[in-house]
Amino acid sequence: MSSTQQALGFGRPMPVSQSRRPPWRFRVQGSDSTWAIAFVIPYVAVFAAFVIYPVVYGLWMGSDPVLYGVLFSDPLYLTTAINTLLFVAIGVNVKMFLAFLLSGYFMSRSWWIRSLLAIYLIPWALPALVVFTSIHFMLVTQWGLLDSLWRAVTGQDGPLFLTHEWIAMGANIVSYIWKWMPFWTLIFLAARMAIPQDIYEAAEIDGATGYRRMVYVTFPLLANVYLICTLLSTVWTLGDFPTVYFVSSGAPARLTDVLATYGFREAFDFGYPRQGVAAMLSALPILIPLVILLMRRVRASGVQL
Amino acid sequence: MSATTAGRRAGSSLHSVLYYRLHHYAVEAISIVFGLILAVWSITPIYNMWMIALESHDGVFSGSIWPEHPTLQSFVVVVTQDFWYLENFWHQFGNSFYVGLTVMFLTLLIGSLASFTVGRLRLRNGWMLTNAALMTYVIPASFLAIPFYRIMQIYGLSNNLWSVIAALTTFATPYAIFIFSQYGKSIPMELDESARIDGANPLQIYVRIYLPLMAPALVAVGTYALLLAWNEYLYNFLLLSTPESMTVAVALAQFLNSDESPWNFMMATAIIYALPPIILYYGFRRYMAAGLTMGGVKG
Repeated sequence: MSSTQQALGFGRPMPVSQSRRPPWRFRVQGSDSTWAIAFVIPYVAVFAAFVIYPVVYGLWMGSDPVLYGVLFSDPLYLTTAINTLLFVAIGVNVKMFLAFLLSGYFMSRSWWIRSLLAIYLIPWALPALVVFTSIHFMLVTQWGLLDSLWRAVTGQDGPLFLTHEWIAMGANIVSYIWKWMPFWTLIFLAARMAIPQDIYEAAEIDGATGYRRMVYVTFPLLANVYLICTLLSTVWTLGDFPTVYFVSSGAPARLTDVLATYGFREAFDFGYPRQGVAAMLSALPILIPLVILLMRRVRASGVQL
Repeated sequence: MSATTAGRRAGSSLHSVLYYRLHHYAVEAISIVFGLILAVWSITPIYNMWMIALESHDGVFSGSIWPEHPTLQSFVVVVTQDFWYLENFWHQFGNSFYVGLTVMFLTLLIGSLASFTVGRLRLRNGWMLTNAALMTYVIPASFLAIPFYRIMQIYGLSNNLWSVIAALTTFATPYAIFIFSQYGKSIPMELDESARIDGANPLQIYVRIYLPLMAPALVAVGTYALLLAWNEYLYNFLLLSTPESMTVAVALAQFLNSDESPWNFMMATAIIYALPPIILYYGFRRYMAAGLTMGGVKG
């Protein structure tokens, strides 16, 4: 039983008999399937018109090999690819690990840690456009909040964050972690709450306390959830658009673009939609194995996302 | 921690009681300091929004860390639509609500019908539908943006709110299907079967039994869909272009087109735009947190 079912006030999972078929089901089978077809038509229609068609259309747009020749000879594309890899590898892993640790912190029952949780979740509830623009203003000039703080403390002018490639990329990654860490903390918090208390009691008798409790009890129990969440987050982050688009907007000189923003600019700022599609399709060799791994993991463990 | 158990074992020894207390206070102090750091970390960009919004136009980027002459003038400008980027603000606000509520309604309807069919009517090959939904769920939405833009032109929906509604419903429905299938498993099949004996057809079972019992999951997914639609930017921007058809997100980002924009107006707009999701989030926090984590924790 998941803790969320408890949280929703829903009791034990009923032992649903999957195989038993009551005799009258055979009689209504014919009309049943008519209803069934009528009920799935809306989703099938949406899926065909707005998933299959765009996917096929996109594959067709990016099917010309010449596009990839142009793409790979663009030095900016190489920078973009490296940026994307760094963004995903550092952003996702640091975020997940910190979220895992923080979920332990938020397990505490004291009232003020609970109210802190409400504050901590605000970044996740706010629109990405709004918070990332605010962060952009903190960094973009010498008069932003961070530079003003720097000046108040040290008496000297602070760095110009968005004029240096690596600082700007770091700002993107930190902003990304800031925005999405609360969501995954919440997921891990729910997962931790689902661990029965007796396991911890038994572990304590066996001498597993303190950090040993985390390393030998909590983490092995959550390893599967952790892996699936990390895979899912990796897939989503590969296509992350708003973070880089608003925080650094590619500055300086498009050196901090990631795939999503690069493709977007090629398509809509410079008017080469096919080039943009090709840029995004170039992520497929990474995306497809990840998706297959993720779907296998989900099937094998029976976890439903 | 091991020290505390050791302390407890020693029991009556005054020294170890003292040690235990000191240890307890030290842990509490570290925890409070850490909590404060976390609060500052979470709040800073939001504080920055307020600071800029409360500044007068000349005061923005004056290099201070709090507004020196705080004024609500920017908010007045936004509410009275007294700036040329904001001429249609309330109309655009209405557009955002229209898109959000329609996406919510369609997501709930399509998602619950589909998961009812797969889970309760046991549609043959229903697994294909579940797999299709899972695939849609894991594909990054931004990768479909360019073909989507073209396809909406083919459908004749460019610069139409329904193009955004279609796109966002497509991306919200898979999540709905997962939550509903997961939650539906806890509703006993016997209810459906006894209703069948009483002569109910599947539509009646869906309306009278399935939907009422799914209420908590419907609230969770409804909140999710509404927030997704309200907060989304990329598809709104691509598919809507005239001031009359824009949603607030697109209107807000217009400020970024020029370097000379009044940032205080922009941040005041941003704060007003962020109010509905914050209210929704605090109002439905319990349901939403439950919905977002539903299932994912069973591993």
